[in-house]
Amino acid sequence: MKLGFSPEEELFRAECADWLNAQMAGEFRDIKGISTLTEKAERRKEWEQHLGAHGWGCIGWPKEWGGRGATLAEQVIFAEEYARAGVPGRVNHIGIELAGPTILTFGTEDQKKRFLPDIAAGNTIFCQGFSEPGAGSDLASVRTKGRLENGSWVVNGQKIWTSLAHISDWIFVVTRTEEGSKGPKGLTFLMMPIDQPGIEIRPIKQINGDAEFNETFFTDATCPEDSLIGAVGDGWRIAMGLLAFERGVSTLGQQMAFRNELDAIILDAKANGAASDSLVRQRLAKAEIGLRLMRYGALRMLSNTDHSKVDGAALTYKIQWATWRRNLGELAMDVLGQAGEVTDNADYEWTMLPNLFLYSRADTIYGGTNQIQRNLIAERGLGMPREPRGDV
Amino acid sequence: MEFVFTEEQAMIGETARAFFAESATSEHTRKAMAGDGIDRALWRSFCGELGLGGVALPETYGGAGLGMVEFALVAEAAGAQIAAIPLAGSIAMAAHAIAAGGSESQKAEILPRLISGDVIGACAGTQMLTVDANTISGQVDFVAHGAAADLFVLGDTEGAWIVRRDAPGVTVTALTTMDQTRPFARVTLDRATAEPLPKGQQALQTARECGWVCLAAEALGGAQAALDKTVAYARERIQFGRPIGSFQAYKHRLADMVIEIEQARSAVFWAACAVDEGSDEAALALHAAKSFCADTFFMCASNMIQLHGGIGFTWEHDAHLYFKRARSIQTMLGNGNYHREQVAKMILGEAA
Repeated sequence: MKLGFSPEEELFRAECADWLNAQMAGEFRDIKGISTLTEKAERRKEWEQHLGAHGWGCIGWPKEWGGRGATLAEQVIFAEEYARAGVPGRVNHIGIELAGPTILTFGTEDQKKRFLPDIAAGNTIFCQGFSEPGAGSDLASVRTKGRLENGSWVVNGQKIWTSLAHISDWIFVVTRTEEGSKGPKGLTFLMMPIDQPGIEIRPIKQINGDAEFNETFFTDATCPEDSLIGAVGDGWRIAMGLLAFERGVSTLGQQMAFRNELDAIILDAKANGAASDSLVRQRLAKAEIGLRLMRYGALRMLSNTDHSKVDGAALTYKIQWATWRRNLGELAMDVLGQAGEVTDNADYEWTMLPNLFLYSRADTIYGGTNQIQRNLIAERGLGMPREPRGDV
Repeated sequence: MEFVFTEEQAMIGETARAFFAESATSEHTRKAMAGDGIDRALWRSFCGELGLGGVALPETYGGAGLGMVEFALVAEAAGAQIAAIPLAGSIAMAAHAIAAGGSESQKAEILPRLISGDVIGACAGTQMLTVDANTISGQVDFVAHGAAADLFVLGDTEGAWIVRRDAPGVTVTALTTMDQTRPFARVTLDRATAEPLPKGQQALQTARECGWVCLAAEALGGAQAALDKTVAYARERIQFGRPIGSFQAYKHRLADMVIEIEQARSAVFWAACAVDEGSDEAALALHAAKSFCADTFFMCASNMIQLHGGIGFTWEHDAHLYFKRARSIQTMLGNGNYHREQVAKMILGEAA
């Protein structure tokens, strides 16, 4: 067990920090410090390409696919320095963290050649078409239909909560390709280009006034026959494999963004006197402790190479960070007081902390609600009997 | 950077778990509870045959020369069985205090005997002791396993001293204590002969730090055991024609225990490793680990009683041993509010 970094790794940290800080002070200073995924989206796509051009797009990927073959420690360092430098989140995070690893694991050689270098270069932005109006927590009940016709897949139906669909180039879609099938059987995982007449995207305005999520409608949308990952009917296995990638090294970058949020609250608490309230001090300390434990939980999960057993740290990670961040939003508002409830903007646009308060209500819902997470922990982690399925 | 146990560490953990599961039975623990809170046979074989008493103490004095990570693995295993042994007082605190702040002759005389289990130590700090020549006077309350101790390491803000149980002027009063596996005693000193430790404050600081690691690790082991026993009960207990573990209200409480325990595990080994590596995060990590793990244990032990229903409230069932140990750990060596206040000072930049 070793928590420190080697001198070589510290050199790498300096290299990352120097390069990132230089970009944020230079050509890309206009995007520094942005805390939402939607603001200045076009510039953010240019940033993805800039990262790719300098070899920082997907450093953990193998070299042959546009990565650097970076070690775990190096990936940890890059993720931490990325957020520390105030660089905004990756608008292609679905491509980098989900689509890419899925193609790398389950795709054909041809698919790897077609997609991976372009994702690493920041040229192909992906979004995810899983949830539907009737398939939220119960993902396996998707109804969007896919059928093979004259050498093409033809897709009809609707997806919802498609994050960043409006700026994406490709969408991966779980479709029901076996007529009359139910549940996880008869599903196929397709990758479709978004820019086509059969796909329509409508933004969903959220409680914070922003619109990161969308409804995506498919009306005879098409993609070539070889656009599927895995085999026909293999979609559930691929989708579940993909979700396992969600807990990659990027979680550490996300944590550094949380670090920035907590630091902002600490600064405000010192400035407005809230920091002299012993209850606020206790909550700040709890938030700090929770954040540290998240980091070491993630390092434990990432260091673990024995995948033969259920990894408790991995299984509890989602509910842990989501709940922590939702609590942080509430703490932010208690620290800010009524100043947190007004904005200087004429539009309904919020600065980082009030926005955190509003946005974090989604954290405990998307990607598996806290209630679903508890079911998973009890059933997969502890072997408790599974929830019965209804017939309706 | 690699946050996994080495093979040697994993083996120490496995050995300790197997040892306590086999030897620290409820029956033996309950016999110790009726006495001075120490299962002598268990302590003898732990120190003697197993040889893990000095796991993190120098080899020169009979220890294994390993670190806090290895010690935490042992304490976790002891905590899982609520073993009635003076691991915190005699080893984590007294022995480590002497190792850190004692003179060469104090170390050479006392450490081998603490490590072998032939001598039992206890350690506590207090507000103010009165020093007069080579004697000290005053009262030290809540000395864990104090009634069983052969020697004490006692300190205040001025210094730390070794006091022998049989020295003139030493009165030890056993206190009937809620957690009978680690009962307290009051030590009253009336011009009692005392040997100062040359580096008293360093000794006390080390005793606190090792004590925090010990309690946090015990709490982790206890919390996991409380969960494991409750999970087993959830499978076998049938109500309304189904195992009670199939009810979502029940499952979700189990899941909440897992979520806290996983964080507690990160906390213990982060803190232990930070101490071993001399990291500048060590102080923060120790405060985090002590407060978080104690709360986790209490949450799990109280769930253990609730989720067992009536049987969990009986003296016969072991749930109360976990519950009482958890409550004791919460207050010992600084309660949660104290530790979190230290963290608050650090993050607000107020640290002294």
